Amino acid sequence: MDQKNFTIALAGNPNSGKTTIFNNLTGTRQKVGNWPGVTVEKKEGHIHKYGYDLKIVDLPGTYSLTPFSIEEIVSRNFILEERPDVVIDIIDSSNLERSLYLATQLRELDCCKVIFALNMRDLAHARGIKINARKLSELLDVPVVFTVGNKNEGVDALLKKAIEVAESDSESPKKRKVKYSKDIADSILRLQNFIENQQIENLPYDSRWLAIKLIEDDELVKKRILQQTESKTHPVLDEAQVYRRRLTALFDDDPEIIMTDERYGFIAGIIKEVVTTSTKQRVDISRNIDLVLTNRFLGFPIFIFFIWAMFQLTFTLGAYPMDWIDSGVAWLSTSVDAMLPSSLFKDLLVNGIIAGVGSIIIFLPNILILFLCIALFEDTGYMARAAFLMDKIMHLIGLHGKSFIPMLMGFGCSVPAIMATRTLESEKDRILTILITPFMSCSARLPIYIVLAGTFFSAKAGTVIFSIYLTGIIFAVITGRIFRSTLLTGADAPFVMELPPYRVPMVKSLLIHMWDRSKMFLKKMGGVILIGSIVIWTLSSFPQNIRYSMDYDSEISRIKAEFETRIAASNGSESRVLEEKRDSAVSELLKAQKAEKTEKSFMGHIGKAITPVFSPIGIDWRGSVALLTGFVAKEIVVSTLGVLYAGEKEDEDALSKALLSSNMTPLAALAMMVFVLFYMPCIAAIAAIKRETNSIKWALVSIAHTTSVAWFMAFVIYQGGKIIGFN
Amino acid sequence: MLLKDMKKGQTGQIVRVGGHSALRRRLVEMGLTSGSEIYVEKYAPLKDPIELIIKGYHISLRVDEATQITVDNVR
Repeated sequence: MDQKNFTIALAGNPNSGKTTIFNNLTGTRQKVGNWPGVTVEKKEGHIHKYGYDLKIVDLPGTYSLTPFSIEEIVSRNFILEERPDVVIDIIDSSNLERSLYLATQLRELDCCKVIFALNMRDLAHARGIKINARKLSELLDVPVVFTVGNKNEGVDALLKKAIEVAESDSESPKKRKVKYSKDIADSILRLQNFIENQQIENLPYDSRWLAIKLIEDDELVKKRILQQTESKTHPVLDEAQVYRRRLTALFDDDPEIIMTDERYGFIAGIIKEVVTTSTKQRVDISRNIDLVLTNRFLGFPIFIFFIWAMFQLTFTLGAYPMDWIDSGVAWLSTSVDAMLPSSLFKDLLVNGIIAGVGSIIIFLPNILILFLCIALFEDTGYMARAAFLMDKIMHLIGLHGKSFIPMLMGFGCSVPAIMATRTLESEKDRILTILITPFMSCSARLPIYIVLAGTFFSAKAGTVIFSIYLTGIIFAVITGRIFRSTLLTGADAPFVMELPPYRVPMVKSLLIHMWDRSKMFLKKMGGVILIGSIVIWTLSSFPQNIRYSMDYDSEISRIKAEFETRIAASNGSESRVLEEKRDSAVSELLKAQKAEKTEKSFMGHIGKAITPVFSPIGIDWRGSVALLTGFVAKEIVVSTLGVLYAGEKEDEDALSKALLSSNMTPLAALAMMVFVLFYMPCIAAIAAIKRETNSIKWALVSIAHTTSVAWFMAFVIYQGGKIIGFN
Repeated sequence: MLLKDMKKGQTGQIVRVGGHSALRRRLVEMGLTSGSEIYVEKYAPLKDPIELIIKGYHISLRVDEATQITVDNVR
């Protein structure tokens, strides 16, 4: 028996509870990805129920189908081009009037079957709002189902209704549309007739809807019509302009504004008939919460507290599982080391793959907690308040209030920060935020500052590190302004934002939210880091047969033999001293060999080749190599410095001593710290940039931007400092 | 008068929404139609943006945008 396939799309305003219903319908069987070509989250779920194969698509939340933001274009295109069998419009019952705007637009589209789900009826009841569903269904000629998403009420009935509607082959009825005033209705009808008389082959849309959209001067529809002719004009467009001009003259305003007004007029009429509001004023809890949370005096302190708590949770609580993972990776590394015979492959496995991927996977607890906190902010409705509080400050940089959270997260790790820019609606704001977020010095850069500042500015190390962070913030602001006036020009995105009522978040949706994003981190970053680790390992372990400056092996055996005879000739306490001396001499030699090996590896050659680039900023070839490895992950920089300067990976004291006895000056150390602060983010972050902006271009812009700022600033500090007389 | 001159707790009626066409259209689509009632819930701690109640829901606008909106019958 053939199973029938239907596609059901969920549409609705943001905060209408769409995602909750989607989660209830599909459970865990959902796929999250991006809509092709744009970075708007795409959610799909396949279910088998009542003998049908159903594909449920969660469209991005939108207020209308006017192409104002990417979300709206995505939703509209999906409905117009993919033609789902049924569109379910999820309506927030407690916010009926505004929700009906999208609903009437969906009806006007006239291309698929529509059902209304009056969601959150309990909330509406609590606010004294009663909706007569039968009347609404009659007036708009649409099936209406009541649901309470977070209690999973009515969701099954909704699904059954959707299948029933999809099965019925009745054409969607042509009556019960928005009634426009006479002049507009006339123009629509006449343009519609004109379009039909043109006999256009494969007219992409319904002729009435096309007429309405052309009178509204809809850019996307105009473009689509022009595609048909491949010329600059089309008789239909010219005709539409005639009507537009006539209506503009008549109303002394743009037709689209008048038509929007009239749609709302039509909605007001419906509301009058279907809604009864009890006059008794009830306590509005959400409003009372907001009196405190966005209070003139308390708003900011509370906001700062929440942010502090988020960081504390992420980094303090996250430290425990991080330790476990760390020891797990160490255990794996030692047991693989013990299990396999010495070979190139083992070296790749242990020092390349396990070490490289292990250094990233260790951030998983941080990322999980961070995303849980963000999901909590979003699902309760606090995120909108944070944007409301911060907008004035962020606007000074040319950004949106919502950019604050991603930028703040940048202090933790750029990867989740870049992913968090998804909450921004405007693409320009999103790209700008992504470009300046790397200047929020990420936590992986901190160990480098600690080593350098601790070594060269011991007493003032704290102040120096703080100034480094501050410099990053200042440069984020400055370069942000510069980008705003060069690459990303244009009017600021308007700050028209709904402040949805506070809601108790659902555990299930929090977990789904958190896991979706973390999964993305693991999948994509894992792949990139794996490749990066292999590349770095290859560069630093080849060529294999190095011609050393001395024969270390024979030298070591010579020293061993020499001590052997002396130990044999000495007594107990003396021999112990001699044994220690022998061991340290051997390990010195081993370190020297290791350093020489790195120096003569491809990595060392590259480091020496690029020394001319780094010497003007006071960094020698060893520093250059360490900075290069920082491209894979900033965590590696300190251990590379350790190997090159002290021949030792882990011991920071030894590194500190070695740095002091090398020819590095405090000024050069400062220049290096500044370079580390600004220079290109790690591959994982670059990969995140590429994915979130959907173009390699912005990833390259980010690399060029950060690295050139880094070099220039380090140059100014090093050369300027030398001129002033510091060293 | 202009919406940005309204004080916290005042109610007014929208006369006209101005500004460039995309923003204007968005505001009208969000329910700021002429004739509808608008209530100023509060100003943000830094005096910008403004929180408004329209058609029973809360929306925030920047003062810049509120400068484009003329209101009437303010009380």
